[in-house]
Amino acid sequence: MTTTSPPAPPAPTAGVKKLSRAEQRAADAKTKLSSPWASLLAIVIAILWTVPTFGLLLSSFRPEQEIKTTGWWTYFQNPGLTLDNYDEVLFGTTTQFSTFFVNSIVITLPAVVIPITLALLAAYAFAWIEFPFRDTLFVAVFALQIVPIQVTLIPLLSEYVRWGFAGSFWTVWLSHSIFALPLAIFLLHNFMKDIPQSLIEAARVDGAGHVKIFFRVLLPLLVPAIAAFGIFQFLWVWNDLLVALTFAGGTPNVAPLTVRVAELSGSRGTEWHLLTAGAAVSIVVPLIVFLSLQRFFVRGMLGGAVKG
Amino acid sequence: MSQNDPDRPPAGTGSTSTALDKPSPPQAAPAPAEGSSLWTGVLIAIGAVTLIGILAFVLSLVGVWTPEFDWPSWLVRTTTTVQKFSLMIFAIILFVVVMSLILLSVDRGRRIRSWVVPLAFLAPTGIMLVFGLIYPGVRTMRESLFDRTSENFVGFDNYATIFTQDIFQIVLRNTFVWVLIVPIIATGIGLIYAVLVDRTRFEALAKGLIFLPMAISFVGAGIIWKFIYEFRPDQEGVNQIGLANQILVWLGREPYQFLITAPWNNLFLIAVMIWIQTGFAMTVLSAAIKAIPDDIVEAARLDGVSGIGMFRYVTVPSIRPALVVVVTTVAIGTLKIFDIVRTMTGGNFNTSVVANEFYTQSFRQFNIGLGAALATLLFVLVVPIVIYNVRQLRLSEDVR
Repeated sequence: MTTTSPPAPPAPTAGVKKLSRAEQRAADAKTKLSSPWASLLAIVIAILWTVPTFGLLLSSFRPEQEIKTTGWWTYFQNPGLTLDNYDEVLFGTTTQFSTFFVNSIVITLPAVVIPITLALLAAYAFAWIEFPFRDTLFVAVFALQIVPIQVTLIPLLSEYVRWGFAGSFWTVWLSHSIFALPLAIFLLHNFMKDIPQSLIEAARVDGAGHVKIFFRVLLPLLVPAIAAFGIFQFLWVWNDLLVALTFAGGTPNVAPLTVRVAELSGSRGTEWHLLTAGAAVSIVVPLIVFLSLQRFFVRGMLGGAVKG
Repeated sequence: MSQNDPDRPPAGTGSTSTALDKPSPPQAAPAPAEGSSLWTGVLIAIGAVTLIGILAFVLSLVGVWTPEFDWPSWLVRTTTTVQKFSLMIFAIILFVVVMSLILLSVDRGRRIRSWVVPLAFLAPTGIMLVFGLIYPGVRTMRESLFDRTSENFVGFDNYATIFTQDIFQIVLRNTFVWVLIVPIIATGIGLIYAVLVDRTRFEALAKGLIFLPMAISFVGAGIIWKFIYEFRPDQEGVNQIGLANQILVWLGREPYQFLITAPWNNLFLIAVMIWIQTGFAMTVLSAAIKAIPDDIVEAARLDGVSGIGMFRYVTVPSIRPALVVVVTTVAIGTLKIFDIVRTMTGGNFNTSVVANEFYTQSFRQFNIGLGAALATLLFVLVVPIVIYNVRQLRLSEDVR
């Protein structure tokens, strides 16, 4: 998980070395890929991994009648694009994706901000404040990562019902925040430990307390780590189905896009003009995030792979 | 994240900062004089409210007191977009205000003792973890020993049901096949691809294309592939609209019900997970390949090793720790797979897996005991893989 993430910026000394290494390996790469079969294999894999998404996106713009009677590959003989599917899926009375899109946004923002803030504080305490049982507690938090969320769902749901706020945004925010904490604390703690102790020491000599050190010294240095985990958590929440299905149900008041798309797939599984456009609406935000923040994204993914 | 940083104090010892952290009395003495008693009062108030909340929760658990709250409807029932966004902003502001009050009162308060600071930093997290993970986990394990209404104790009957009844045999078999196939194939393709595109001119683009499915939700991926598997009967004038069946037709074969024909339909669901996870495997392994020391590659080349030999005798052994981490990580994710099955078949046609069956039993059949047993089983299955994963991580750290 953490050992295998050299996308992190290389140590300053590695800069010079890396260049020569790259040159050395360029020759190696040439011999390796000079085999046409190797290139062909790479291209075949790349096509296999790209065509499914491409087919769906292209289909979502084709007229309903054509989606249902011909494959998207016939588009090139019979071009014709329309936004009707999106119009119907977003604003049609039976689909209402725009409502669920709003829900997805409303769910995601607090479910990203809250756990990161809490985890930052906890990680700081574990990294830089001395207190009894600190290491034991940290290991306990680390170990909580292995609890599958399935184990927690029913008791949590019945608690929410008992306290009278079941089926509201609060349950989804709270649940996502709880599930994110162990991993977030673990990752941010690793980053915090990497910060040179002399910096903290200097601040303390200047008379700064823990709160000042946290905000003035550590927070600015942690921006890349926060971005990496933030993107990971954003995608996790935006793409989540199980938590939303359990706590938000299917109501247009709270349920996010994923719940609506899954429901549509079950109830109107042959309405491909709705399904393609609906799926496209639900994946467009993560795709934009991916394309614009790829560097952070990869790092966040590598760090957070064991979550769930 | 860089574990190989020699300057970093070894994790777990924590001794390096001890001398610093213990506030020596002469230093701590002037601080309270600057603090204000107002902030101390705020801190005490927050602590008191928290304690009352915890007490209320415990009392309600033992049944002494039943919570009856009539929350205002704007707080729990939002219907319009404006209401939803207002509630979201309200929630974020509320959170910021509470956290600011805690931090400010710790920082500015009079006579703040040294143990208050870590407590204030950790208490919100601790309360949430106990309430949201530990307590529910324990309760689920307990409920797995009770019947469908969680009233009558039935011992291990639910587990006996899972391991003996035919439909659950299929569920277990499917889960086993998923966990066996997905990590191996995804890691295999990811490794080959990482080696093939390593240090080529189009490396960034090539890796981006494979990694792209990671950004797509399991639900979205489920729709994408359901569309590919879509079946149209083999009749005059009927065109296939699913790519997979069109390819079969082009090859002169009959269209095939990919998602319905058991038991092979499981493999076509598994393909979706492989499609998603390969990007992860490829990225991690690509990073590991780039970290192989040059001298090893150089020495091998001088010995005349190249091409497949280089891959077999140099690349793979060098990145073994990364391979283990990838395989176990993907295996854990696969064990909990739910969304793909739910979206594509709903668990019908003999495609259910443990996580999906948990959902069906808990929320469709309302068999709480059986659902709890399935969730516990998931937990028990995950633990050994995680322990192995962590141990391998430790080992790989030692090697470096």
